[in-house]
Amino acid sequence: MIHAVDETAERLGLYIGQPLANARAMCPDLKVFDADVVADAKTLSDIADWCDRFTPLVALDPPHGLFLDITGCAHLFGGEAALLQTLVRALARQGFAVSAAIAGTSICARTLTRQASGTIVADGGEGAAIDRFPVSALGAGEAITTGLRRAGLKTIGDVASRSPSEITARFGARFSTLLAHALGQGDAPINPRKPLPDYIVEKRFAEPIATDTMIAMTLSRLADTLIASMEKQGKGARRLEAAFFRTDGAVRAIMVETGRPVTRSAVIDRLFRERLDALADPLDPGFGFDMVRLSASRTEIVVQEQRDLDAHVHDNDELAALIDRIAARIGGKRVVVHLPEDTHIPESAVLAAPAQHHLAAAMQAEWPVRTESEPPLRPLRLFDKPEPIKVPFATVPDGPPHQFTWRRALHAVVRVEGPERIAMEWWRQDGKQLTRDYFRIEDAEGLRFWIFRDGLYEGEVFDGDGKPASPGWYVHGLFA
Amino acid sequence: MSGARTSALATLRGQIERIETAEVVHQHDRVALGHGEIDRVLKGGLARAAVHEVFCEGRQGAAATGFVMGLAGRVSARRPLLWVRQDFSEVEAGALSMSGLVELGLDPRRVVMVRAADVESALRTSADALACDALGAVVLELWGDIRQFDLVASRKLTLAAQGSGVTGLMLRMAAQPLPSTAETRWMLRAAHSPPGSASMPAAPWSAWGAPRFDAELLRNRHGPCGRWIMEWNCDECQFSEPSTYSQPVAAAPAHRPDPAVLQQRRAG
Repeated sequence: MIHAVDETAERLGLYIGQPLANARAMCPDLKVFDADVVADAKTLSDIADWCDRFTPLVALDPPHGLFLDITGCAHLFGGEAALLQTLVRALARQGFAVSAAIAGTSICARTLTRQASGTIVADGGEGAAIDRFPVSALGAGEAITTGLRRAGLKTIGDVASRSPSEITARFGARFSTLLAHALGQGDAPINPRKPLPDYIVEKRFAEPIATDTMIAMTLSRLADTLIASMEKQGKGARRLEAAFFRTDGAVRAIMVETGRPVTRSAVIDRLFRERLDALADPLDPGFGFDMVRLSASRTEIVVQEQRDLDAHVHDNDELAALIDRIAARIGGKRVVVHLPEDTHIPESAVLAAPAQHHLAAAMQAEWPVRTESEPPLRPLRLFDKPEPIKVPFATVPDGPPHQFTWRRALHAVVRVEGPERIAMEWWRQDGKQLTRDYFRIEDAEGLRFWIFRDGLYEGEVFDGDGKPASPGWYVHGLFA
Repeated sequence: MSGARTSALATLRGQIERIETAEVVHQHDRVALGHGEIDRVLKGGLARAAVHEVFCEGRQGAAATGFVMGLAGRVSARRPLLWVRQDFSEVEAGALSMSGLVELGLDPRRVVMVRAADVESALRTSADALACDALGAVVLELWGDIRQFDLVASRKLTLAAQGSGVTGLMLRMAAQPLPSTAETRWMLRAAHSPPGSASMPAAPWSAWGAPRFDAELLRNRHGPCGRWIMEWNCDECQFSEPSTYSQPVAAAPAHRPDPAVLQQRRAG
């Protein structure tokens, strides 16, 4: 089955959906390549990335279409005609067969690309422009197209001449909406791939830049401009994205996030420097970047705080800035603060949350208070997963062990404190968990362990025959 | 002596002077640990704006962690603490538990944890953090002997600490002490809880008390070294001399004057 054909093949009369044997019969020296839908989608998305240079609003129209909303952008490229020409030429230079058109509505433009590439239709002229094209150009699906043909409606003009209610009754509301959009009677917004950033600044280069110093300089200039425009509205950036457009069409986007709105360009500059420096797969300029764009995709209103009277405010700001820098370098999830959880199960009593977003909450968290003049009841180091230990069988049934083997070393127990019984949360539906009896233990060397017996003796643990078995022992933590 | 040479010498002298003064700026800023003898040896306490190293064997990791946490609690004085650790050390020695921190009398709200994947990023992060004067202390927790942590890296950390006044604490588990620019270097072991009380001499199952450390001072740039038993007092948040008994043996005597004195008073 033929999945796609090029222009030459089309001229020879091959068509999509034709069995390969038939095509071979018509044209014996046919070159055949396996269809790769995934790679096609990837290519389309790469082209969409590239198209970001014309407008931030790019939508995919699979399998091989793109919508660009160029409202308000055309003048930057010397008008609609010049924009269209630049785009088509640049894509053709990269080896793609392109057909493009500009119209007041996306559907009308799509219809035009299938029949009259390069057309620019002014507002209000949509109906007249697509009037004479066959109905297949609407892209309404096989069933509807065939249905229209059978009804004798060959061109779009024919369909448009019927009353909308007839069309809706026969082909459904969806088709009549599509038709209305194609004729310029109403429009649906396109569905852009990325949300529109709040602020965008960019710089184009006639001569592509490739050196690190130039890139850094460009970024810091862009940061200045970005900050200036955000400042006017009292905003600060929480998420920033730098996109580097390479001359050969590849686009690399790098994102940094901050815990607090950033209002100084030096900070942005430093964050990007850290990020670029730590990239596992460094920025490859190739033959150079011909455009760099800096956008603030999330912004917040900045609350001006009075600095001088309260030194702590300043300290917290600096800490937040440090956290941002570290997060830019090694990743936001690797810098954490701790929040207490309302549970008595030791391993889930503390929640580690990204510091960028939870610093303020962590600073005001209410931790359980320790009992005065008691020795520590919880270990300082806790194992994520309790480690099993070997305990000789002959111990007092309910009591602590006299010795145990942990990590291939034998520890003789000298002191014991306990047991402290911790029952699992039966109201949670995550399987039956066993009651634990915790002991605080000191060995002959003075090392202190927090060990527990998993399950009550002769009560919770059974072997294969249903008889009580001896419960397992684990080290859960180490005391200072 | 030629003019060029004189000026070169003058430049060098100036450089040395600058290096030395940088050290002097924060020199008098010391925090008493609470243990009388150690404070005397350290000339008043642990120096702020410097790097201190704490070494221990692999299985003594928890004791060393407690000691470092205690030092950090002393020097950071209600300012945030940045704890940088390598992924591997958490597997070996367990994660730092905030509930355990509360039990030691310290504040988990001020702890920001950095989970560095490897040694390079851990070192880089701590150098960065040591330069940030909003912090009270930076702890760098590393496991095993580490090639990358050489004199240059150590010097970098020390300079950053001197510049900002932040104290750097290196927790080196399962590592051998090597030359470095640290102000002090400790070797930590866990110490036994005090023996059972006199009234119950054969009571091995008796309660244990506060955390106790067997701390050996291996290097001290401004004084002698030594080895002591230290105890961490969870209520007062400071170290102290070891108490013989973790709990008072008998009730402290109430004020009961000698009958003879009373007699005299009555007579007088």
